[in-house]
Amino acid sequence: MMHASHHIQSYCHVRNGSVLLNGKTIFESAASDWKTFSKTAYRQLDMDHSKFFKMDTLSKLAMIASEPLLRSEPEKNIALVLSNRASSLDTDRKHQKSIEDPELFYPSPAVFVYTLPNICLGEISIKHRLFSENSFFVFDTFNADILYDYATGLLNGNSAEKVLCGWVDNDNEKYGAFLYVVAKNGIFTHSKKRINQLYRTP
Amino acid sequence: MSAIYLSHNNIVSGYGLDSAVAVENIRAEKTALKVVSDNNILPVPICTSRPDTGILNDAFEGLRTKAAHTRLEQLLLLSISKTLHAAQLPITKKVGLIISTTKGNIDVLEPQNPFSEKRAYLGALGYKIKTFFGFQNDAIVLSNACVSGVLAIAVAKRLILQGTYDHVVVAGGDLVTKFILSGFHAFQALSNAPCRPYDKYRTGINIGEVGASVLVTKDTALLTEEAVTVLGEASCNDANHISGPSRTGEGLYRSIRSALDQSGLRPEEIDSISAHGTATPFNDEMEAIAFNRAALGETPLNSLKGYFGHTLGASGLLETIVGMHALAQNTLFASKGFQELGVSQPLHIITETVKRPMRTFLKTASGFGGCNTAAVFQKADQ
Repeated sequence: MMHASHHIQSYCHVRNGSVLLNGKTIFESAASDWKTFSKTAYRQLDMDHSKFFKMDTLSKLAMIASEPLLRSEPEKNIALVLSNRASSLDTDRKHQKSIEDPELFYPSPAVFVYTLPNICLGEISIKHRLFSENSFFVFDTFNADILYDYATGLLNGNSAEKVLCGWVDNDNEKYGAFLYVVAKNGIFTHSKKRINQLYRTP
Repeated sequence: MSAIYLSHNNIVSGYGLDSAVAVENIRAEKTALKVVSDNNILPVPICTSRPDTGILNDAFEGLRTKAAHTRLEQLLLLSISKTLHAAQLPITKKVGLIISTTKGNIDVLEPQNPFSEKRAYLGALGYKIKTFFGFQNDAIVLSNACVSGVLAIAVAKRLILQGTYDHVVVAGGDLVTKFILSGFHAFQALSNAPCRPYDKYRTGINIGEVGASVLVTKDTALLTEEAVTVLGEASCNDANHISGPSRTGEGLYRSIRSALDQSGLRPEEIDSISAHGTATPFNDEMEAIAFNRAALGETPLNSLKGYFGHTLGASGLLETIVGMHALAQNTLFASKGFQELGVSQPLHIITETVKRPMRTFLKTASGFGGCNTAAVFQKADQ
């Protein structure tokens, strides 16, 4: 069966206190720390979603990186295929700390629920009203090959009209996200080489 | 489109070291759940099922490895070794490996655990499994809450259809840990007695532990008598709440609809449902709504949580494997723990294990993050 080739419609980087859409800076924070950066980014991107402040860092990062790509996206059958290295370890450590000492045993449901990496997919789905396919993969390093094959398979198998793919990782104060939308039409032809190139150089 | 099959399989569980012993016990309606006191996990007694540590260690010694492995690695390695041995599959570039887990080696975060924190990275777990068997591709770890096990089968199918692989070994596992139990306890979701899915007096879930694996393949020469074809699969988010199920069963309903559409089957052509049925009040109610919206309220249905408990990242895979054997044996397995319907919509809960000619079954799962997955299977020889 022959399938039409797909394209990368748009892409977004979040790193070093900046948010870049299609390679151009749309927000830059003077503060380098995550807390200030994420708060200011939320306001500057005009996200209007108060649940944001209850989220863990991974979900906040995924929300910020997906906002510029999804805010004016009319297609709702858009699969979410995200990946990272540290899963939800940042929040896992917090939960673990809360249960270590029997004298100070205080596990919190509000923390525990974020000890799964796919929660950030749920948060994106709620914000943008997406009842679509969700998958969260964990790799040692960015894996363009599998993201490419899986997204192509979802589109060719009619499981989605578009796919939001990418990498969203935070671990011990380090954070970084690179998300992109695969669609029928777009700026670049969807290829493993192009995905890797965009990932490395915003 | 070529057919994709589930074939050779293994379950390492509280029942023993293979699928046959688990299925035999389920057939006899014997649960693997028991109430235990383990202060390392929770200061109150818990109801759980786990592989016996002595039996596990003895069997693992048979794999003749000198390297130290965590309990979860032991479970997964043992299960995969049995599946690979039965399949006699040469490991080539076209054989993939997918690991389905929610928390992996999360127990290494405990201060007294002898392994380094590095082992908590899921990629490190994948690497251990990959190198042990000499897989030529990196492991793909799927961590998508409680739908991971069914979704892993869907991912394997899609990657085979896409040409990435010809065969994929899918393995799933999660441990019964203080980390997990304290969290569910904080949610007040745990039952301290064997769970009772869909029952009027259900009080919550039990967490259980298994290692399970299955060979997903397009090669008809590799099929077993319980092999099934994956006719359709879909995964839809509720877009509603991250820790509570949708009141309308939206994501589950949509998943079932899409999986059925893809399978080409009508609801009345589904012979049985292996549902998620965690025995929490909200989950089971949500499922009853979704199944009725999908015109499946009269289809014989069970939850296997009353046998194993909720085995998290393994559960969807484990329950699919049991479903394969149920099909091959033309048997509806009783939904253990159920007595009186306790959901607002009618469901046909299987109350005793009976023989019935069968061709197809539907597997569903739902989880935190609002995720839902449904998959339709049919006997491979039909």
